[in-house]
Amino acid sequence: MIQVEQLSKYYGARAAIRNLSFRIDSGEVVGFLGLNGAGKTTTLRILGSVLLPTSGTVRLDGQDIFTAPRELKARIGFLPELPPLYEDMDVGEYLAFVAGLRGVDPARIRARVGETEERTGLAALDDERISTLSHGYRQRVGVAQALVHSPEVLLLDEPANGLDPVQNVEMRALIRSLRGDHTVLVSSHILPEIAQTCDRLLVIRDGELVAQGTETELEQRLGVGTGVELEIAGPVDAVATALRGVAGVRAVTVQAANGGRAVLRVDAPDTLRPALAQAAVAAGAQLFRLDVSADRLESLFLRLAGRGGAA
Amino acid sequence: MSAALLIARRELGGYFRTMTGWIIAASVLLIDGLLFNAFALEGQRRSTEVLTRFFYFASGPTMVAAVFLAMRLLAEERQLGTLALLYASPVRDRDIVLGKFLGALAFLSGVTLATVYMPLLILVHGHISVGHLLAGYLGLLLLGAASLGLGTLGSSLARNQILAAIIGAALLVSLLLAWLLASVTEPPFSALFAAIALHNAHFPAFQAGQVHLRDVAYYLLVTWVALFATTRVLEARRWR
Repeated sequence: MIQVEQLSKYYGARAAIRNLSFRIDSGEVVGFLGLNGAGKTTTLRILGSVLLPTSGTVRLDGQDIFTAPRELKARIGFLPELPPLYEDMDVGEYLAFVAGLRGVDPARIRARVGETEERTGLAALDDERISTLSHGYRQRVGVAQALVHSPEVLLLDEPANGLDPVQNVEMRALIRSLRGDHTVLVSSHILPEIAQTCDRLLVIRDGELVAQGTETELEQRLGVGTGVELEIAGPVDAVATALRGVAGVRAVTVQAANGGRAVLRVDAPDTLRPALAQAAVAAGAQLFRLDVSADRLESLFLRLAGRGGAA
Repeated sequence: MSAALLIARRELGGYFRTMTGWIIAASVLLIDGLLFNAFALEGQRRSTEVLTRFFYFASGPTMVAAVFLAMRLLAEERQLGTLALLYASPVRDRDIVLGKFLGALAFLSGVTLATVYMPLLILVHGHISVGHLLAGYLGLLLLGAASLGLGTLGSSLARNQILAAIIGAALLVSLLLAWLLASVTEPPFSALFAAIALHNAHFPAFQAGQVHLRDVAYYLLVTWVALFATTRVLEARRWR
């Protein structure tokens, strides 16, 4: 569906992105992951026709979006990092204006605005002035403007930026609900945020694509995903020694201890969880919690996107 | 509705929805009224002369209002990030510029035409021709359109509205003061500067009730060149 080939953007001698090539198939929800300044926004702005590349091509169903007719742009919906909102307009009025700009049949505009507001949870705010909305709702209006003309491709640049935890969950649910109806490329610098939402990840570092694949594929490739965490009460040293004795365990570290409980991080494949539980209990521990290490995704992210990290 | 008209309608609505539009409209009407009372009606004059002076004094506020109306057109879009919305839509850059310009021109025209009660007072109490009235307003609208065009160009070059107003005003004043250059340069430059002077060379005929094709063509050309340059600036921004 989207084919990006050898895409580069230079500002003077500095490369914002260099020779990016990737492909996104129809209906996929793909995460675009990288640290701030890695080149995510530049790439999305080029894909959204806001910026022209120094070199390279972007094809949508085989047609170059920079030379194809303008109508091709109507098949793309773009939410920039800063939602492009006219604050003096009401929500419904604004979405109707955007729908008109994107070529929606005038007779269908009101219906499309209603459908989009329903989908993005804005139905009750149709008459509300955008300037009076909270950050979370403004972000939703930003997503709504990208959706209002029912585009095949959606480009979302940091849609969860600055949202509180509840709004974050709602935004993830909204993006997940787009799967199947739209092809989505969503950028973020927070891996757990998009790992839960996306089918596949593209990882960009210093303007270059350094990895792509599913979360599991990336973990396997990098040997990450081998952390298990136990929260116990009891003889911490004895339990740590017992855990080290389990075949396959590479290291055990005590990460935190307070109130009579301790958290132990075990560097081992998560398939060893039953054996680790048995060993801990046999060594006299009361086991309160055992799960895959919480810093697993963080570790994967740092390995992939961190400066100087090994991909 | 075409994209340019959609953008024009949004822009026009924007002036009414914010204080900026109302403040500019009120200021123009107040200053025009004061100037009319203080200078146009001053002393014993013939009706035609009073009308001529009305158009002369109304031309200043029209130009200033045009620069203030234009300053937000593109600079504000850049400031708020809404230019990305227009760039990402299937709209040509020239339609963006045209839409913005037409929206501002419609507002400026409304404000300018709202001053018509003053010439009507002259019409009721004296003897003026409707042709003089129409020619004067045509001149004000053409002068306003050219000033708006220059202001729009200033707005496309600036990152914020204050800078946009300064650039727009600088472009406008450069053309206004071209007649000064004409007086201190040798031919053929003196003739060139005299011909491009925005007000001195082309507005007096309108204020006196005469419409010359060369004056109409001049204002349309200034407007077109300014909007063409604005479109080019907008296109160039996609590279940065």
